[in-house]
Amino acid sequence: MRRISDGDSEADANTHLFKESHTVSISFDNALGIHAQALAWRSQRAEVIAANLANVDTPNYLARDMDFQSALASAQGSDYLKVTYPAHLQTYGSNPGELLYRLPTQPAIDGNTVEEEQEKAAFASNALHYEASLRLLSGRIQELLSAIRGE
Amino acid sequence: MSLFTVFNTAGSSLHAQTVRLNTTASNLANADSVSSSTTTTYRARHPVFATQLKDGDDAAAGVEVLGIVESQAPLRREYQPNHPLANQEGYVMMPNVNPIDEMADMISASRTYQSNVEVMNTSKQLLLKTLALGE
Repeated sequence: MRRISDGDSEADANTHLFKESHTVSISFDNALGIHAQALAWRSQRAEVIAANLANVDTPNYLARDMDFQSALASAQGSDYLKVTYPAHLQTYGSNPGELLYRLPTQPAIDGNTVEEEQEKAAFASNALHYEASLRLLSGRIQELLSAIRGE
Repeated sequence: MSLFTVFNTAGSSLHAQTVRLNTTASNLANADSVSSSTTTTYRARHPVFATQLKDGDDAAAGVEVLGIVESQAPLRREYQPNHPLANQEGYVMMPNVNPIDEMADMISASRTYQSNVEVMNTSKQLLLKTLALGE
């Protein structure tokens, strides 16, 4: 959690006084929401799919991909184990960046499981989702800027 | 930013496909290079592709060319007694290049090259848009 007034004690004090009447504090982590994490995940997935497309002609290459649902669950913090005692160690339910293997619909004789059309479609949709997150993020930044400037 | 590594991955594939196109060109160019003995005859060449695995980075798997192998398919023998390179029995040895295989290989290489260029272009656009974030 980073407050906008981090590292400036005088400003901190001012905010403290200010908080009594108004509880305005801008936390960039909260303001940008899940989109920053989504961008990182999308770019990682683009890398995986690019590797699949690069290895279209490599014998015995196994196509890989990542699961969006588990990544989303982990980004939202909903995949924590339930603990009954505060000293219990916390762990994650699944690894958000876990690479899985794609199940081929038409096995190839050279052991390669890349299906070029599927990968291309996945890459295009991933790029679109990346752009969507980018636009939403851009909108949030514009909102923040207008809030800061007070226009 | 892992979008940058997409360039390395797709670039390695472009290189591999270029090597493949080169061998295809060489095979087609030498499809009629005759010789009088089996040891000196041109044999079809093909690259061997393998996945380039990096330590600690599972996702960025490029392609590398392990080497070029010569086809061990039998050579064609043609009876041409008047050919200057004919052996004592009147035969010349023809390369084991199959032009149909080569054409199919060429099309496959050019398609893969194209799709990797597309991947690079898309990544470039995404990166440029990311750089302009908040403007």
